[in-house]
Amino acid sequence: MSASVERPSETPAEAAARRRRGRNWALLAVLIGLSVLFYAMTLVKLGHRS
Amino acid sequence: MRDSTALLADRGMGVARSVPAPEGVFADPVMLGESSAADWFALLKPRVMSLVVFTGLVGLLLAPGSLNPVLALAAILAIAVGAGAAGAINMWYDRDIDALMRRTAQRPVPAGRIAPEAALGFGVTLSVAAVMLMGLATNAVAAAVLALSIAFYVFVYTMWLKRRTPQNIVIGGAAGAFPPVIGWAAVTGSVDLLPVLMFALIFIWTPPHFWSLSLFAHADYARAGVPMLPVVAGARETRRQVMLYTLVLVPLSLLPWALGRAGAIYGASAAVLGGFFLFSAWRVLRDAQDERGVSRTGDAPAKAAFRFSILYLFLIFAALVVDRLGGWAG
Repeated sequence: MSASVERPSETPAEAAARRRRGRNWALLAVLIGLSVLFYAMTLVKLGHRS
Repeated sequence: MRDSTALLADRGMGVARSVPAPEGVFADPVMLGESSAADWFALLKPRVMSLVVFTGLVGLLLAPGSLNPVLALAAILAIAVGAGAAGAINMWYDRDIDALMRRTAQRPVPAGRIAPEAALGFGVTLSVAAVMLMGLATNAVAAAVLALSIAFYVFVYTMWLKRRTPQNIVIGGAAGAFPPVIGWAAVTGSVDLLPVLMFALIFIWTPPHFWSLSLFAHADYARAGVPMLPVVAGARETRRQVMLYTLVLVPLSLLPWALGRAGAIYGASAAVLGGFFLFSAWRVLRDAQDERGVSRTGDAPAKAAFRFSILYLFLIFAALVVDRLGGWAG
Protein backbone atom coordinates (compact mmCIF):
# COMPACT_ATOMS: atom_id res chain seq x y z
CA MET A 1 0.00 0.00 0.00
CA SER A 2 1.43 3.32 -0.95
CA ALA A 3 -0.04 6.76 -0.62
CA SER A 4 2.62 8.42 -2.70
CA VAL A 5 0.39 8.90 -5.75
CA GLU A 6 0.67 12.54 -6.76
CA ARG A 7 -2.15 14.32 -8.57
CA PRO A 8 -0.84 15.81 -11.82
CA SER A 9 -1.94 19.39 -11.15
CA GLU A 10 -0.71 19.44 -7.55
CA THR A 11 2.47 21.16 -6.43
CA PRO A 12 4.63 19.24 -3.92
CA ALA A 13 3.58 21.68 -1.20
CA GLU A 14 -0.10 21.11 -1.95
CA ALA A 15 0.41 17.35 -1.93
CA ALA A 16 2.18 17.54 1.43
CA ALA A 17 -0.62 19.71 2.84
CA ARG A 18 -3.23 17.23 1.58
CA ARG A 19 -1.41 14.32 3.21
CA ARG A 20 -1.07 16.25 6.46
CA ARG A 21 -4.79 17.05 6.38
CA GLY A 22 -5.60 13.36 5.85
CA ARG A 23 -3.36 12.43 8.79
CA ASN A 24 -5.07 14.96 11.03
CA TRP A 25 -8.53 13.65 10.15
CA ALA A 26 -7.37 10.08 10.79
CA LEU A 27 -5.95 11.11 14.16
CA LEU A 28 -9.22 12.84 15.05
CA ALA A 29 -11.17 9.70 14.17
CA VAL A 30 -8.85 7.58 16.32
CA LEU A 31 -9.18 9.97 19.27
CA ILE A 32 -12.98 10.05 19.02
CA GLY A 33 -13.09 6.27 18.68
CA LEU A 34 -10.90 5.78 21.73
CA SER A 35 -12.94 8.26 23.78
CA VAL A 36 -16.15 6.40 22.94
CA LEU A 37 -14.52 3.03 23.67
CA PHE A 38 -13.16 4.10 27.06
CA TYR A 39 -16.49 5.74 27.96
CA ALA A 40 -18.34 2.52 27.09
CA MET A 41 -15.78 0.39 28.94
CA THR A 42 -16.18 2.55 32.04
CA LEU A 43 -19.96 2.18 31.91
CA VAL A 44 -19.65 -1.61 31.58
CA LYS A 45 -17.14 -1.86 34.44
CA LEU A 46 -19.26 0.36 36.69
CA GLY A 47 -22.35 -1.70 35.78
CA HIS A 48 -20.56 -4.87 36.87
CA ARG A 49 -19.74 -3.38 40.27
CA SER A 50 -23.17 -1.98 41.08
CA MET B 1 17.08 15.07 15.95
CA ARG B 2 18.78 14.21 12.65
CA ASP B 3 16.58 14.09 9.64
CA SER B 4 15.63 10.70 8.31
CA THR B 5 17.34 11.26 4.95
CA ALA B 6 20.68 11.33 6.74
CA LEU B 7 19.75 8.29 8.82
CA LEU B 8 18.76 6.34 5.73
CA ALA B 9 21.90 7.42 3.92
CA ASP B 10 23.97 6.20 6.90
CA ARG B 11 22.52 2.75 6.39
CA GLY B 12 23.35 2.75 2.71
CA MET B 13 19.76 3.27 1.66
CA GLY B 14 18.61 5.69 -0.96
CA VAL B 15 15.57 7.74 -0.09
CA ALA B 16 13.05 7.02 -2.82
CA ARG B 17 11.71 10.50 -3.35
CA SER B 18 14.00 13.40 -2.60
CA VAL B 19 12.27 16.11 -4.57
CA PRO B 20 14.20 19.41 -4.50
CA ALA B 21 12.58 21.78 -2.03
CA PRO B 22 10.91 24.92 -3.37
CA GLU B 23 12.76 27.94 -2.09
CA GLY B 24 11.56 29.04 1.32
CA VAL B 25 8.78 26.47 1.56
CA PHE B 26 10.38 23.25 2.73
CA ALA B 27 14.01 23.16 3.77
CA ASP B 28 13.87 19.45 4.59
CA PRO B 29 13.38 17.07 1.61
CA VAL B 30 11.67 14.56 3.91
CA MET B 31 8.94 17.14 4.50
CA LEU B 32 8.12 16.94 0.79
CA GLY B 33 7.66 13.21 1.01
CA GLU B 34 5.44 13.69 4.05
CA SER B 35 3.68 10.55 5.14
CA SER B 36 -0.03 10.00 4.72
CA ALA B 37 -2.43 8.27 7.12
CA ALA B 38 -2.27 5.24 4.82
CA ASP B 39 1.51 5.03 5.33
CA TRP B 40 1.06 4.83 9.09
CA PHE B 41 -1.65 2.22 8.65
CA ALA B 42 0.68 0.25 6.36
CA LEU B 43 3.23 0.14 9.20
CA LEU B 44 0.75 -2.07 11.05
CA LYS B 45 0.92 -4.80 8.35
CA PRO B 46 -2.88 -4.88 7.95
CA ARG B 47 -2.94 -8.07 5.88
CA VAL B 48 -1.15 -10.03 8.61
CA MET B 49 -3.39 -8.33 11.16
CA SER B 50 -6.57 -9.72 9.60
CA LEU B 51 -5.52 -13.33 10.23
CA VAL B 52 -4.38 -12.46 13.74
CA VAL B 53 -7.68 -10.76 14.56
CA PHE B 54 -9.68 -13.65 13.16
CA THR B 55 -7.83 -16.34 15.14
CA GLY B 56 -7.99 -14.17 18.28
CA LEU B 57 -11.73 -13.76 17.80
CA VAL B 58 -12.14 -17.53 17.46
CA GLY B 59 -10.29 -18.05 20.75
CA LEU B 60 -12.59 -15.53 22.36
CA LEU B 61 -15.75 -17.13 20.94
CA LEU B 62 -14.79 -20.68 21.89
CA ALA B 63 -13.87 -19.88 25.48
CA PRO B 64 -16.39 -20.99 28.10
CA GLY B 65 -18.19 -18.11 29.78
CA SER B 66 -18.96 -14.77 28.27
CA LEU B 67 -17.48 -11.33 27.90
CA ASN B 68 -19.42 -8.11 27.55
CA PRO B 69 -19.45 -7.14 23.83
CA VAL B 70 -17.80 -3.79 24.55
CA LEU B 71 -14.98 -5.48 26.45
CA ALA B 72 -14.72 -8.15 23.75
CA LEU B 73 -14.39 -5.40 21.13
CA ALA B 74 -11.67 -3.76 23.22
CA ALA B 75 -9.87 -7.12 23.55
CA ILE B 76 -9.95 -7.70 19.79
CA LEU B 77 -8.77 -4.13 19.20
CA ALA B 78 -5.90 -4.71 21.64
CA ILE B 79 -4.90 -7.91 19.80
CA ALA B 80 -5.03 -6.09 16.45
CA VAL B 81 -3.09 -3.07 17.67
CA GLY B 82 -0.55 -5.26 19.49
CA ALA B 83 0.09 -7.28 16.32
CA GLY B 84 0.30 -4.11 14.25
CA ALA B 85 2.69 -2.50 16.74
CA ALA B 86 5.00 -5.51 16.56
CA GLY B 87 4.85 -5.18 12.75
CA ALA B 88 5.82 -1.50 12.96
CA ILE B 89 8.83 -2.30 15.16
CA ASN B 90 9.74 -5.07 12.71
CA MET B 91 9.65 -2.55 9.85
CA TRP B 92 11.89 -0.22 11.84
CA TYR B 93 14.45 -2.95 12.54
CA ASP B 94 14.33 -4.52 9.07
CA ARG B 95 14.47 -1.27 7.09
CA ASP B 96 17.86 -2.15 5.62
CA ILE B 97 16.81 -5.55 4.25
CA ASP B 98 13.33 -4.31 3.31
CA ALA B 99 14.99 -1.76 1.01
CA LEU B 100 16.77 -4.59 -0.82
CA MET B 101 13.70 -6.74 -1.43
CA ARG B 102 11.29 -5.95 -4.24
CA ARG B 103 8.32 -7.13 -2.17
CA THR B 104 9.08 -4.69 0.66
CA ALA B 105 11.05 -1.83 -0.91
CA GLN B 106 7.99 0.40 -1.12
CA ARG B 107 7.14 0.08 2.57
CA PRO B 108 6.95 3.53 4.21
CA VAL B 109 10.29 3.36 6.04
CA PRO B 110 12.61 2.08 3.27
CA ALA B 111 10.78 4.32 0.76
CA GLY B 112 11.61 7.32 2.96
CA ARG B 113 8.05 8.39 3.71
CA ILE B 114 8.34 7.72 7.44
CA ALA B 115 11.52 8.28 9.45
CA PRO B 116 12.85 5.10 11.14
CA GLU B 117 12.81 6.59 14.61
CA ALA B 118 9.19 7.69 14.11
CA ALA B 119 8.23 4.13 13.12
CA LEU B 120 9.96 2.80 16.25
CA GLY B 121 8.22 5.32 18.49
CA PHE B 122 4.89 4.50 16.87
CA GLY B 123 5.41 0.76 17.40
CA VAL B 124 6.56 1.03 21.01
CA THR B 125 3.75 3.43 21.94
CA LEU B 126 1.11 1.22 20.36
CA SER B 127 2.58 -1.90 22.02
CA VAL B 128 2.30 -0.34 25.46
CA ALA B 129 -1.18 1.02 24.67
CA ALA B 130 -2.40 -2.38 23.41
CA VAL B 131 -1.20 -4.23 26.52
CA MET B 132 -2.70 -1.57 28.81
CA LEU B 133 -6.01 -1.69 26.94
CA MET B 134 -6.13 -5.48 27.20
CA GLY B 135 -5.35 -5.32 30.93
CA LEU B 136 -8.00 -2.68 31.55
CA ALA B 137 -10.69 -4.35 29.44
CA THR B 138 -10.13 -7.97 30.45
CA ASN B 139 -7.49 -9.35 32.79
CA ALA B 140 -3.78 -9.54 33.57
CA VAL B 141 -3.30 -13.01 32.04
CA ALA B 142 -4.53 -11.89 28.61
CA ALA B 143 -2.43 -8.71 28.84
CA ALA B 144 0.65 -10.73 29.83
CA VAL B 145 0.23 -13.19 26.93
CA LEU B 146 -0.26 -10.25 24.54
CA ALA B 147 2.93 -8.61 25.85
CA LEU B 148 4.74 -11.94 25.48
CA SER B 149 3.59 -12.32 21.87
CA ILE B 150 4.78 -8.81 20.96
CA ALA B 151 8.13 -9.35 22.70
CA PHE B 152 8.52 -12.75 21.03
CA TYR B 153 7.92 -11.30 17.56
CA VAL B 154 10.25 -8.34 18.09
CA PHE B 155 13.11 -9.83 20.10
CA VAL B 156 13.08 -13.55 19.29
CA TYR B 157 11.95 -13.54 15.64
CA THR B 158 12.93 -10.14 14.24
CA MET B 159 16.11 -9.36 16.14
CA TRP B 160 17.47 -12.79 16.99
CA LEU B 161 16.38 -15.50 14.57
CA LYS B 162 15.41 -13.90 11.26
CA ARG B 163 18.92 -13.07 10.08
CA ARG B 164 20.67 -16.02 11.73
CA THR B 165 18.96 -19.30 10.94
CA PRO B 166 16.70 -20.95 8.36
CA GLN B 167 14.66 -22.13 11.35
CA ASN B 168 13.66 -18.47 11.88
CA ILE B 169 10.03 -18.91 10.91
CA VAL B 170 9.71 -22.31 12.61
CA ILE B 171 10.46 -20.89 16.06
CA GLY B 172 9.39 -17.34 15.27
CA GLY B 173 6.06 -18.68 14.04
CA ALA B 174 5.07 -18.99 17.68
CA ALA B 175 4.53 -15.22 17.75
CA GLY B 176 1.68 -15.53 15.27
CA ALA B 177 0.20 -18.48 17.15
CA PHE B 178 -0.61 -16.58 20.34
CA PRO B 179 -3.84 -14.75 19.33
CA PRO B 180 -6.32 -17.61 20.03
CA VAL B 181 -4.65 -18.09 23.43
CA ILE B 182 -5.02 -14.37 24.13
CA GLY B 183 -8.68 -14.41 23.04
CA TRP B 184 -9.39 -17.39 25.26
CA ALA B 185 -7.53 -15.85 28.23
CA ALA B 186 -9.47 -12.59 27.76
CA VAL B 187 -12.67 -14.47 28.64
CA THR B 188 -11.45 -17.03 31.17
CA GLY B 189 -8.35 -15.46 32.71
CA SER B 190 -6.57 -18.78 32.14
CA VAL B 191 -5.29 -21.12 29.42
CA ASP B 192 -6.77 -24.55 28.65
CA LEU B 193 -6.07 -27.46 26.30
CA LEU B 194 -8.11 -26.17 23.33
CA PRO B 195 -6.27 -22.82 23.01
CA VAL B 196 -2.99 -24.72 23.32
CA LEU B 197 -4.12 -26.96 20.43
CA MET B 198 -5.05 -23.87 18.40
CA PHE B 199 -1.61 -22.44 19.18
CA ALA B 200 0.00 -25.69 18.00
CA LEU B 201 -2.09 -25.67 14.82
CA ILE B 202 -0.89 -22.19 13.79
CA PHE B 203 2.65 -23.01 14.93
CA ILE B 204 2.90 -26.08 12.67
CA TRP B 205 0.95 -24.37 9.86
CA THR B 206 3.45 -21.49 9.66
CA PRO B 207 6.43 -23.36 8.06
CA PRO B 208 4.55 -24.81 5.05
CA HIS B 209 2.75 -21.48 4.64
CA PHE B 210 5.87 -19.36 4.77
CA TRP B 211 8.19 -21.73 2.93
CA SER B 212 5.68 -21.91 0.07
CA LEU B 213 6.01 -18.13 -0.16
CA SER B 214 9.79 -18.22 0.13
CA LEU B 215 10.00 -20.75 -2.72
CA PHE B 216 8.87 -18.09 -5.17
CA ALA B 217 10.29 -15.08 -3.31
CA HIS B 218 13.72 -16.56 -2.54
CA ALA B 219 15.54 -14.20 -4.90
CA ASP B 220 14.42 -11.34 -2.67
CA TYR B 221 15.64 -13.09 0.47
CA ALA B 222 18.95 -14.04 -1.17
CA ARG B 223 19.51 -10.42 -2.23
CA ALA B 224 18.88 -9.26 1.32
CA GLY B 225 20.99 -12.03 2.86
CA VAL B 226 18.09 -13.46 4.89
CA PRO B 227 18.79 -17.17 5.46
CA MET B 228 15.39 -18.48 4.44
CA LEU B 229 15.33 -22.24 3.83
CA PRO B 230 15.38 -22.08 -0.01
CA VAL B 231 18.39 -19.75 0.14
CA VAL B 232 20.35 -21.94 2.57
CA ALA B 233 19.22 -25.49 1.79
CA GLY B 234 17.82 -25.10 -1.72
CA ALA B 235 14.36 -25.37 -3.25
CA ARG B 236 14.31 -29.18 -3.32
CA GLU B 237 14.85 -29.48 0.46
CA THR B 238 12.31 -26.70 1.06
CA ARG B 239 9.66 -28.62 -0.90
CA ARG B 240 10.43 -31.71 1.20
CA GLN B 241 10.05 -29.69 4.41
CA VAL B 242 6.73 -28.23 3.21
CA MET B 243 5.48 -31.80 2.77
CA LEU B 244 6.86 -33.00 6.13
CA TYR B 245 5.28 -30.17 8.13
CA THR B 246 1.98 -30.68 6.32
CA LEU B 247 2.13 -34.37 7.26
CA VAL B 248 2.45 -33.31 10.90
CA LEU B 249 -0.19 -30.59 10.57
CA VAL B 250 -3.04 -32.81 9.36
CA PRO B 251 -3.13 -35.28 12.30
CA LEU B 252 -2.51 -32.40 14.70
CA SER B 253 -5.54 -30.57 13.29
CA LEU B 254 -7.68 -33.61 14.17
CA LEU B 255 -6.65 -33.57 17.84
CA PRO B 256 -9.37 -31.14 19.03
CA TRP B 257 -11.94 -33.63 17.69
CA ALA B 258 -10.04 -36.73 18.87
CA LEU B 259 -9.67 -35.31 22.39
CA GLY B 260 -13.34 -34.37 22.59
CA ARG B 261 -12.76 -30.62 22.51
CA ALA B 262 -14.59 -30.23 19.19
CA GLY B 263 -17.33 -32.17 17.46
CA ALA B 264 -17.99 -33.94 14.19
CA ILE B 265 -18.43 -30.79 12.09
CA TYR B 266 -14.93 -29.71 13.01
CA GLY B 267 -13.50 -33.23 12.66
CA ALA B 268 -14.93 -33.66 9.16
CA SER B 269 -13.87 -30.16 8.11
CA ALA B 270 -10.33 -30.68 9.41
CA ALA B 271 -10.07 -34.00 7.56
CA VAL B 272 -11.28 -32.55 4.25
CA LEU B 273 -9.20 -29.37 4.52
CA GLY B 274 -6.19 -31.44 5.59
CA GLY B 275 -6.66 -33.61 2.50
CA PHE B 276 -6.59 -30.54 0.27
CA PHE B 277 -3.54 -29.17 2.09
CA LEU B 278 -1.73 -32.51 1.67
CA PHE B 279 -2.62 -32.51 -2.02
CA SER B 280 -1.26 -28.99 -2.51
CA ALA B 281 1.94 -29.87 -0.57
CA TRP B 282 2.29 -33.00 -2.72
CA ARG B 283 2.01 -30.84 -5.85
CA VAL B 284 4.76 -28.59 -4.45
CA LEU B 285 6.95 -31.64 -3.80
CA ARG B 286 6.36 -33.08 -7.28
CA ASP B 287 6.75 -29.74 -9.09
CA ALA B 288 8.70 -30.13 -12.35
CA GLN B 289 12.23 -28.95 -11.60
CA ASP B 290 15.72 -29.01 -13.03
CA GLU B 291 18.72 -30.75 -11.43
CA ARG B 292 19.29 -27.76 -9.10
CA GLY B 293 15.71 -27.89 -7.90
CA VAL B 294 14.64 -24.76 -9.82
CA SER B 295 10.96 -24.95 -10.75
CA ARG B 296 10.14 -25.30 -14.45
CA THR B 297 6.59 -24.07 -13.83
CA GLY B 298 7.41 -20.70 -12.31
CA ASP B 299 6.66 -22.21 -8.87
CA ALA B 300 2.96 -22.41 -9.73
CA PRO B 301 2.31 -25.20 -7.15
CA ALA B 302 4.08 -23.19 -4.41
CA LYS B 303 2.00 -20.12 -5.25
CA ALA B 304 -1.17 -22.21 -5.13
CA ALA B 305 -0.10 -23.81 -1.82
CA PHE B 306 0.63 -20.40 -0.32
CA ARG B 307 -2.81 -19.10 -1.31
CA PHE B 308 -4.52 -22.25 -0.09
CA SER B 309 -2.67 -22.19 3.25
CA ILE B 310 -4.29 -18.84 4.09
CA LEU B 311 -7.73 -20.12 3.14
CA TYR B 312 -7.04 -23.29 5.14
CA LEU B 313 -6.36 -21.42 8.36
CA PHE B 314 -9.44 -19.24 7.95
CA LEU B 315 -11.66 -22.22 7.21
CA ILE B 316 -10.35 -24.53 9.92
CA PHE B 317 -10.81 -21.84 12.59
CA ALA B 318 -14.23 -21.00 11.17
CA ALA B 319 -15.07 -24.73 11.42
CA LEU B 320 -14.27 -24.63 15.14
CA VAL B 321 -16.76 -21.81 15.61
CA VAL B 322 -19.47 -23.39 13.43
CA ASP B 323 -18.97 -26.65 15.30
CA ARG B 324 -19.42 -24.90 18.65
CA LEU B 325 -22.47 -22.98 17.43
CA GLY B 326 -23.90 -26.25 16.14
CA GLY B 327 -23.58 -27.64 19.65
CA TRP B 328 -21.60 -30.69 18.57
CA ALA B 329 -18.68 -30.15 20.89
CA GLY B 330 -18.61 -32.28 24.01
